[in-house]
Amino acid sequence: MFPISTFLISIGAISVLSAFLAILMVLADATIGNYGEAKITINKDKELEVKGGRPLLGTLMDEGIFIPSACGGRGSCGLCKVKLVSGAGQYLPTELPWLSEEEKGENIRLSCQLKVKNDISIQLPEELFNIKEFRAGVAGIRDLTHDIKEITLELLAPEEISFKAGQFIQLKVPEYELTDVPVYRAYSLASVPGSKIRIELEIRLVPNGICTTYVHKYLKEGDEITFNGPYGEFYLRDSEKDIVFIAGGSGMAPIKSILLDMAEKEVKRKTSYFFGARSGRDLFLLDEMKELEAKLLNFSFIPALSEPQAEDNWDGESGFVTDVLARYLSSKDNLEAYLCGSPGMIEACLRVLAERDVPEELIYYDKFG
Amino acid sequence: MNTGIYPVAIFFAAIFTNNILLTNYLGMCSFLSVSRELKTSLGLGAAVTFVMSTTSLLNWVVYHYILIPLELDYLRFIVFIIVIAAFVQLVEMIIERTSEILYAALGIFLPLITVNCAILGVSLFMVIRNYSLLSSFAYGLGSGIGWTLAILAMAGIRQKLAGARVPKGLEGAGITLIITGMMALAFMGFTGI
Repeated sequence: MFPISTFLISIGAISVLSAFLAILMVLADATIGNYGEAKITINKDKELEVKGGRPLLGTLMDEGIFIPSACGGRGSCGLCKVKLVSGAGQYLPTELPWLSEEEKGENIRLSCQLKVKNDISIQLPEELFNIKEFRAGVAGIRDLTHDIKEITLELLAPEEISFKAGQFIQLKVPEYELTDVPVYRAYSLASVPGSKIRIELEIRLVPNGICTTYVHKYLKEGDEITFNGPYGEFYLRDSEKDIVFIAGGSGMAPIKSILLDMAEKEVKRKTSYFFGARSGRDLFLLDEMKELEAKLLNFSFIPALSEPQAEDNWDGESGFVTDVLARYLSSKDNLEAYLCGSPGMIEACLRVLAERDVPEELIYYDKFG
Repeated sequence: MNTGIYPVAIFFAAIFTNNILLTNYLGMCSFLSVSRELKTSLGLGAAVTFVMSTTSLLNWVVYHYILIPLELDYLRFIVFIIVIAAFVQLVEMIIERTSEILYAALGIFLPLITVNCAILGVSLFMVIRNYSLLSSFAYGLGSGIGWTLAILAMAGIRQKLAGARVPKGLEGAGITLIITGMMALAFMGFTGI
């Protein structure tokens, strides 16, 4: 039998040792590990005051910004990538296996490994903290063509929306004649991101389409409507390449938004916009495009009619937009392409672009059904 | 045995004939997960070597001057773990604060090896084998270098392996364990020297 003193000594010894080390750690934490307050600037306009010294991932999580991560910050999934603008030190070896050369060039970091030790500036995709539900009032409905309407919405709550030109929202259609449950349909924002309180949508009537019928036949000025967003990866990439936009019908919407945004930012890249329509009555926003041609240095708008009518007095390009595209593009061009239109049109355009050696990864489009 | 040569013999034995990873199969988890690249393997190896040699010293002092006098040597498992964890944590904080380069090269790996069984293994073997302070340090240093040697060899092999066609079911840890086994066999050859 052990005497009782053995137990007491062992408990005492462990306690003293643990307490000593614990105090040591607390002291170290308060002195060596204390990095004070740090400031995180997000996308140049949002500033967070945080306690320094912890990984960026957890720090942002405490602020209600959730970077997707599967492993919970152990550096083993490589998902929590964040673009660093300025402020942090060199790459850590635990980040390197997850980053391509290209990403390193862009200063992409793993947010679970990067510790916030001083003021840093990062860039996050807007949608990460930006997807919200909005209520808005219908401020205007205007006919663009015989079957496309432009809807102007004024935000009620929240009062502002931030989005990238080219992104889309999901419009909520309440229950009505054609649907027993509310449904959501995606529409690209047609207005310039600079306008945060007023947005525009361009919606083409699809026979018996639940949302389009609702918008075309039921929606009135002054009505209230709900949508959520913004979503999507369809936005202008930062590069030096020439830009080709291809759209048909209401595919005009995101392209118009991007063009207006380019005009505001005075982008000087060579830009061609191929717009396909059947006949003169399917063309719209021609004045706006002319204005943009005047504002944007290297921009040309090339509408193409597949079935020009006699009364159109058409002297522009004729034929399917793909044919016109094939005539204009050569495989020597250094370009990236942005497509928005029906799946059929996109398929056909992808074939032409492939023939002209445009790399697949430089062709962007939203797959709307 | 000559006490002057003894620590040297222990040092080399720990690297080759008694390699902690290849004969005791300790420290496998970080060995498996980090042995994909030579550079990171070297960083981890350096961290392991540093921690092994310093904690073997620390634990030797704790064992001989606290645990033995108090007749508490049966508590060595718990005590060693606490000492290692606290020490590694402390070192990491200091490195992180003082040198960004050193932190990137070494410090970042420290949390990974706090609970590495090879580290605890070294401290425990040192007690079982009744090493002196100097021998313990030699053993810790040698084991660290031996571990580094093994992970570097593995990283080299795995870099070659990246281009090989490994059967699907054996990809990753599977093939690595098989290769580790073969490396262990090869290291047995040192025993004969």
